[in-house]
Amino acid sequence: MLFARPKTLKDNGVLGMNKRNIDFIGRYNPRKYYKRVDDKLTTKQLALANDIAVPALIGTVTQQHDIAHIPEMVNNQDGFVIKPSQGSGGKGILVITKVENGHYFKPNGNEVTPSEIDRHVSNILSGLFSLGGKPDVAIVEGLIQFDPVFDGYSFEGVPDIRLIVFKGFPIMGMLRLSTAASDGKANLHQGAVGVGLDIATGKGLHAVQFDRPIELHPDTDKKLIDITVPHWDTLLHTASKAYEMSELGYLGTDMVLDQKLGPLLLELNARPGLAIQIANGQGILPRLRHVEQMKNKSMSVEERVAYAKKHFSNSPVA
Amino acid sequence: MHSRKPFYILVALLFLAGVAASIYRGIEHNVPFLPGKQVQSWAVDAKVSFQGVGEATEVTFSLPSDPAFEILVENATSPGYGLTIADDELGRHATWSTRTAIGQQDLYYKVTLVPTGKNEIVAKNQPAEPLPFSWPATEKAAAEQIMDEIWSRSATNLSFAQQLNQSINASERSQNIELLLSGNSPASLFVNMLNSKGIPAQKVNGLFLEDQRRRQQLTTFVEVYHQGEWILFNPADGTQGRPDNLMIWDRTGKSTLDVIGGVNSQVTFSMLQDTRSALATSIDVLKNKDALDFSLYQLPLEEQSLFKGILLIPIGVLMVVFLRVIIGIKTSGTFMPVLIALAFIQTTLLTGLIGFLLIVAFGLMIRSYLSELNLLLISRISAVIIVVIGIIGLFTLLSYKFGLSEGLTITFFPMIILAWTIERMSILWEEEGAKEVVVQGGGSLFVATLAYLAMSATWVQHWVFNFLGIHLVILAVVLLMGQYTGYKLLELRRFRPLAGE
Repeated sequence: MLFARPKTLKDNGVLGMNKRNIDFIGRYNPRKYYKRVDDKLTTKQLALANDIAVPALIGTVTQQHDIAHIPEMVNNQDGFVIKPSQGSGGKGILVITKVENGHYFKPNGNEVTPSEIDRHVSNILSGLFSLGGKPDVAIVEGLIQFDPVFDGYSFEGVPDIRLIVFKGFPIMGMLRLSTAASDGKANLHQGAVGVGLDIATGKGLHAVQFDRPIELHPDTDKKLIDITVPHWDTLLHTASKAYEMSELGYLGTDMVLDQKLGPLLLELNARPGLAIQIANGQGILPRLRHVEQMKNKSMSVEERVAYAKKHFSNSPVA
Repeated sequence: MHSRKPFYILVALLFLAGVAASIYRGIEHNVPFLPGKQVQSWAVDAKVSFQGVGEATEVTFSLPSDPAFEILVENATSPGYGLTIADDELGRHATWSTRTAIGQQDLYYKVTLVPTGKNEIVAKNQPAEPLPFSWPATEKAAAEQIMDEIWSRSATNLSFAQQLNQSINASERSQNIELLLSGNSPASLFVNMLNSKGIPAQKVNGLFLEDQRRRQQLTTFVEVYHQGEWILFNPADGTQGRPDNLMIWDRTGKSTLDVIGGVNSQVTFSMLQDTRSALATSIDVLKNKDALDFSLYQLPLEEQSLFKGILLIPIGVLMVVFLRVIIGIKTSGTFMPVLIALAFIQTTLLTGLIGFLLIVAFGLMIRSYLSELNLLLISRISAVIIVVIGIIGLFTLLSYKFGLSEGLTITFFPMIILAWTIERMSILWEEEGAKEVVVQGGGSLFVATLAYLAMSATWVQHWVFNFLGIHLVILAVVLLMGQYTGYKLLELRRFRPLAGE
């Protein structure tokens, strides 16, 4: 069978793209708040104002002639990340893990010349990576020192934790691990591995690559569902808090674990993808409906996290 | 959550309005539903001839008015005569006049007619009850005997007329009928008997249309009023109803031709059948009626051909919305495929695909050099546009030199779109590799090809231009698809692992 029956998918609570756009994004995400998530600089400032930990901001580049200041900006850094403030889908992110005597190196060891960095930033400012080609701002961030807990699970890249938050309730989560196939990127459509996580515990449930279930990491052969994400409660709280901060009902939060700083909020997404369902091996719709039916309950972040742990877990804790 | 009802009502209204407008246009304005449809038309020449006697002469000639035929063109030639065409209580007629006419005179009236398919003659209003015919003494008894006898075995006016017509044409006629026919034509006898029973009936003159016939005469028919309609009878052979090839020339019941100041007048007809485009015919008819209302044929030719292109865009857009929302194919740029498809219409598909791939491939090569120059995005894109123009110019020149006329159409590609495509593809190449370039570019070309196939179908082109209502239907469908919350076709494959198989 090449195609699943629509009825079966519906019975399993699988959310489709059209339904997501109309019934959730269209209904629960007011257009006027999009800037809070689409502009990463705004997100960062909002997060800082709401006591949410984010990667350190080294500086921003808003004008072409400011590009020349980048070397002095990153002078004392071990490594840094340059990203477009309004980029989408991980486009335009340049990661430099090593700075040596004015030489820059990517995670795979290749050198990046200063003129390549100049061009990259210039492209960002011209809006090459932003939605609709709007002129953009380049953000220079501190490099995250990844928590070694994921060693052996991730190949050359950034493992990040995606949580879907609906009306403030964290309802589904996954861990995204880069692979050789994804070239160090954590985007599932590029070949990264997605591991569905239990909402109550942060334990691995189910893993996929290219939308197909797998058991072992393709590069390291480690058993994927053995992972338990540490700092799980902090992650849930941070994600839940992002609801008050962004006022978006249907939200994707992307977080990373820093060795020293713990969970850091990387970015928010007003149009989170649907692959999280495949990573979890189950549809998200029943959980969304569950939250929808709890009318007009105003709950604190703690109450929402506790509620989510109780109701949306595959192995509920008492 | 506001109600969806007004939305669905709006969609339904748009849909119905669009369908109704299209059907109205097809039925009422005779715009053919299929392109290339042909209709038969008839060119009829009437030649009125008489001997002038040197006096002031006035010729009155009835002109055709038959709901079964639409007049496309009519004109009268008559050197030396004044001509008026009038439509009054005498019906439509032409009047030729001159101070003196001596010797053989020939006047011509030419008309081009198109069948409308409305073969019934509907009475505009109920005709007054006719005065009974006063029979000459010699015929009175015979006529009354026949009428009473037939009346008794008829039920309605119509059946009376049918019985009467049969009796007049029976192979063995009764003595009474033979007597009456010796002094009356069958048509006169038929009309008089019907009138005597208070049944409205009158003589009409018809012309049998036959291709390449000359010197034809009018044939007398009788029309009998029955329940809002005039039914035709042929009293010469006893048949009822209108023969397929009959055109009613004159329904006034009076003489078709009146000549004052001339003798030996007669009218003869010759005719020719012709085949012409149904669409051109209906446009001509509309023009005659000054009823072009919302037709784009009022526009100058140049604007018309412009609109022929513009009105195809909704079809392309519909395809893109369908392929993206229902099927789930990804394209690079929302409506880029539509613009490429528009270019394909000018270049034809194969030339277009080859041209597109050539330009993009060359553009990517040049773009890879530009990327080493460290330019700002704006100037890089601008440089790509100029290079694209150069490539197009080069290909056009080369194909001209090699005598490949197809290559000349390459100029129809929208250059800004091409430049953006090249830029996007180049970035895609750098970021995600050549494979992704092929996947996304291929998806766009696939959608563009499907959009092209939809837009280039002749019946689609015919419909979008001639039935503007179809655009309301497209709008309704697009709005409806904007509400589709079901799975996309490709999601059924993507989410297959979640179907629990």
